[in-house]
Amino acid sequence: MPAFPTAAREAVGNKTLRANLRHATHTIRDKRARAVAELDDWDQLREAGKRIKDETLRHLDRHLIQLEESVTAAGGTVHWAADADEANRIVTALVKATGETEVVKVKSMATQEIGLNEALEAEGIHAYETDLAELIVQLGKDRPSHILVPAIHRNRGEIREIFAREMSEWGRPAPDGLTDTPAELAEAARLHLREKFLRAKVGVSGANFMVAETGTMVVVESEGNGRMCLTLPETLISVVGIEKIVPTWRDLEVFLQTLPRSSTAERMNPYTSMWTGPSQEDGPSTFHLVLLDNGRTDTLADEVGRQALRCIRCSACLNVCPVYERAGGHAYGSVYPGPIGAILSPQLRGTQSEIDASLPYASSLCGACYEVCPVAIDIPEVLVHLRERVVQGGEVTRHGTRVTLRPAKGHAAERAAMRAAGWAFGRPGALRAGQRLASGTRRFHPRTLPGPGRAWSATRDLPKVPAEPFRDWWRRTNGGRAEKGDKK
Amino acid sequence: MSSRDQILGRVRRALADVRDGEEKDAHDTAVPRDYLREHGDRTTEQTVDLLAENLADYRALVHRCAGEELPELLMRLLAARGARTVLVPPGLPPAWLAAADATRVHDRAASTPRELDEVHSVVTGCAVAVAETGTIVLDGGPDQGRRRITLVPDHHICVVRVPDQVVSSVPQALERLDPARPLTWISGPSATSDIELDRVEGVHGPRTLEVVLVSGV
Repeated sequence: MPAFPTAAREAVGNKTLRANLRHATHTIRDKRARAVAELDDWDQLREAGKRIKDETLRHLDRHLIQLEESVTAAGGTVHWAADADEANRIVTALVKATGETEVVKVKSMATQEIGLNEALEAEGIHAYETDLAELIVQLGKDRPSHILVPAIHRNRGEIREIFAREMSEWGRPAPDGLTDTPAELAEAARLHLREKFLRAKVGVSGANFMVAETGTMVVVESEGNGRMCLTLPETLISVVGIEKIVPTWRDLEVFLQTLPRSSTAERMNPYTSMWTGPSQEDGPSTFHLVLLDNGRTDTLADEVGRQALRCIRCSACLNVCPVYERAGGHAYGSVYPGPIGAILSPQLRGTQSEIDASLPYASSLCGACYEVCPVAIDIPEVLVHLRERVVQGGEVTRHGTRVTLRPAKGHAAERAAMRAAGWAFGRPGALRAGQRLASGTRRFHPRTLPGPGRAWSATRDLPKVPAEPFRDWWRRTNGGRAEKGDKK
Repeated sequence: MSSRDQILGRVRRALADVRDGEEKDAHDTAVPRDYLREHGDRTTEQTVDLLAENLADYRALVHRCAGEELPELLMRLLAARGARTVLVPPGLPPAWLAAADATRVHDRAASTPRELDEVHSVVTGCAVAVAETGTIVLDGGPDQGRRRITLVPDHHICVVRVPDQVVSSVPQALERLDPARPLTWISGPSATSDIELDRVEGVHGPRTLEVVLVSGV
């Protein structure tokens, strides 16, 4: 994956993509503002949500053990996965034990994060995504670009084309003469997927919340594909990040108010499913919960950065972000795009790769993401913190062990420039001489900087050097008074 | 070392900065619960009106009737959809469908999802309804049946006893529900906004949700 600036440059040049994104993000952000304004106690709900999550994280070990006990008591089986490979091995083994070679999936960020579909495919198990947007992404051999609306970068014409071309490869073909009206496209997806739902024996899901006190899993959705996957199969496997815990049943009263309004801008999403263990009578008779670490405990170890684990994946921050709106989700090189992705991915994965080292810079620090966050994650604070880590290096936790990071390589020029600036500002004579030189030669200045400075000037217009340094102008005009003519 | 011990060990090391002293019941005292128990001051009647309004706003078809009119209304609603078969939960009061012509279908453990797919409509009660959000909640009670019967057929009629089953808000609804039961919260019919954020009703769940607010039952 290339660094963010490289990936973003390509996206910004794509006019269709920018139009699709602009339409979608503006529509949803305006709706969200109206849905939030309906509640007089939004600020209190936001604060309660923040505190519930913080308290959960501060005693996460205790809550995890309680959750394990209550899920087990309800008849479920709990598995622990330290990383993506282990989670994939657990799920693959569970599916194989059923003798099935197909699973239906509810949209889940955690299973995308670990690349579960690819891991299953390698073992001869087909995983069908059943969320409409995920289906569009899967059929289009594409990657999701938004947390809530993964196919936000596609317009109806593109979707029609993907359905008509690809559906027959995967099952029931698209109807003849399919048009690009959303209703017809949704109907085509309904027919295509229904045959899979009705024969599915294994379902795979994530969860929006897990209640430690009761062992209850909560999945929030709109289309009913979630209900299908959670109800019709005989075996249900849920892969959930360890940070998705809420301690008590009562805590849901906060998030069931803030999540729908923040994400889809609705008073309530069409369907919410809650289940506590399996049931012989109603729904899957076998339930497995896979608790996923995969970098979360490393994130927890960072006292500034751990607040990213409060995230309830509402995606409100994406829809208000000026950088996301122009660059699109793919440029972030992760299943978590946008502002939250810019702080979550480099913490979950570490800042060693080029893309992860660049993500803390994928922001204008305007603060809009913090304003809309229903659990008040101070994303700009964490971005600045991570920038410091990238440039300076320092102590971090990777795979549970304290390690000392060296400063990232790409930032040598930045450090050199800052050192040079420090030197010049401490020597007025040198600064004056430099400024005069710059003004005198300004006709010959290039539009982009040479050498290591190119990375900086590639994404910005270089400031024009004025014809005369400010200090010379001040001395010549007596601070502007001589020019105005009111000499005193 | 098992992954369980490994993860729990990492969590504990990560939280070295958290003091041990605050261990006991920190959650109860540290979370401010000063948000509202309900939004706005309403009479019982106004709360039921708000439920009707919010259900309709999310494209559910809302009907109101008195207890004795219910069999006739259900008969008409089923007939209007041309429903020849109707799924009936085991504990649905038989009188409700006394006037209906559609053939009753019972959900048996052995019946397959494919068989349920052949049924036209389903009629259920509910556990609780939330006025502020326009939500009905099913908890698998005898008049609601297994989750799948309100999922696979394309037409769901849900009967809400007003005002007894109506609460104002999400916090009030959670208090009434038993987390040990499988719960389904339904706000309007199945919908998607995945295509250019245009809302389309009806993807995988029932495309038509009719809610009957019945008083005096």
